[in-house]
Amino acid sequence: MKILTLNFLTCARKTCKSSPAAFPLHPRDAELEIVETEFNALFIQNILPRVEWDALKGLCTELGLTNVPPEAPEPKELFDTSIKSAGIDEKEKEPTQLTRDLHNLLLETTIQSGKLVCGNCGHEYAIKEGIANFLLPSHMV
Amino acid sequence: MAGASHQVSQPLPTPSTSHISFDNVYEPAEDSYLFLDALSSSTEKDFLRSRFSVSSHRESTSTAASNSPTVLEVGIGSGVVLAFLTAHSGEILGRTDILSFGTDINTFACHGAIKTVDVASRAFPTTSGCLGDVVNADLSSTFRDGCIDILIFNPPYVPTEAAPDLSEHDVYNEYIKKPAMESFERDSHLLSLSYAGGLDGMEVTTRLVDDLPRILHPTRGVAYILLCAQNKPLQVKDQIKLQHGFNAETIRSSGQQAGWEKLQILRVWKD
Ligand SMILES: [Zn+2]
Repeated sequence: MKILTLNFLTCARKTCKSSPAAFPLHPRDAELEIVETEFNALFIQNILPRVEWDALKGLCTELGLTNVPPEAPEPKELFDTSIKSAGIDEKEKEPTQLTRDLHNLLLETTIQSGKLVCGNCGHEYAIKEGIANFLLPSHMV
Repeated sequence: MAGASHQVSQPLPTPSTSHISFDNVYEPAEDSYLFLDALSSSTEKDFLRSRFSVSSHRESTSTAASNSPTVLEVGIGSGVVLAFLTAHSGEILGRTDILSFGTDINTFACHGAIKTVDVASRAFPTTSGCLGDVVNADLSSTFRDGCIDILIFNPPYVPTEAAPDLSEHDVYNEYIKKPAMESFERDSHLLSLSYAGGLDGMEVTTRLVDDLPRILHPTRGVAYILLCAQNKPLQVKDQIKLQHGFNAETIRSSGQQAGWEKLQILRVWKD
């Protein structure tokens, strides 16, 4: 499971939906693995406004990942502007090292096994072989 | 070269699912292919491109319009539909910055589907969006409020006496390989989840429809849902309109039977 995915998930229990403590889920006993994926700089630029930065920072701290900028990066930090000349194409812009680092963190850093714990109800969801299981026993739905 | 405007575009390639064992995962069928047709039709391309257009917001990268659209396929099965939309997102949505997710109640489907999307995505690097994850979950229950822009659902739509019994699901859902003789019961259970829809074939679809107002982005959100004739599609559309205030229109259908469409895909959205 990718780090970025955790930005979109919450506890599956109906009673936790309205609780701010149910997001983000807290990783526990996580085994991380880097899985390479195609680098898409435009994607990094356009997904960043949808990322809850404080939540990301928090869960990275819990995972022992320390290379997260304290504030969400500005669009201008993502592309090298020094070579900027008139009429340069969007696609020709050179991504910065920061953009590559964000790609590595959000899309290539994966949790292969471990648990995700709800901060509201304490329920633990297992991750096995990279797939998280959010199915609840019937009495908890 | 006046004829150039009449260029017929080649159909977009169908993703491979050859790595999946269809003993316990739904094999792509007429309903799956109807989604591929619908999503790559010129009407839906136009609809999606204008809804998720970035062209008018070139300069202001911070506007909501330029944010990456998210796609969620619920009950992803083999992954063929999400793989198609993700790998060809440049052709369909006119942008390659989409983020796609899938869910399935069947863990074997999750493992197979994530590979289907990944392989298709790597095969079309110039038109592909990004795969997030496929998670083992009940419908859309684990996604945050309002975070999905495009939702796809090919439901278990066959009318059956009851929706499958889930009391042993935990046991059947363990991701372990078993010899064929011992896996028959498990595999029948897992396959039944992909087609058995209970009363009117609507028990699962109704639960998903009821979650749409929560899960879909309040303005951009759009859902594509497949129905069969026995689901009473006219009633379903009225219900979606009256109860939830969405538009609901049939955008694609197949298999005419005595004047009735066997299968149809609804588009559900707000203007
Ligand atoms: Zn909870």
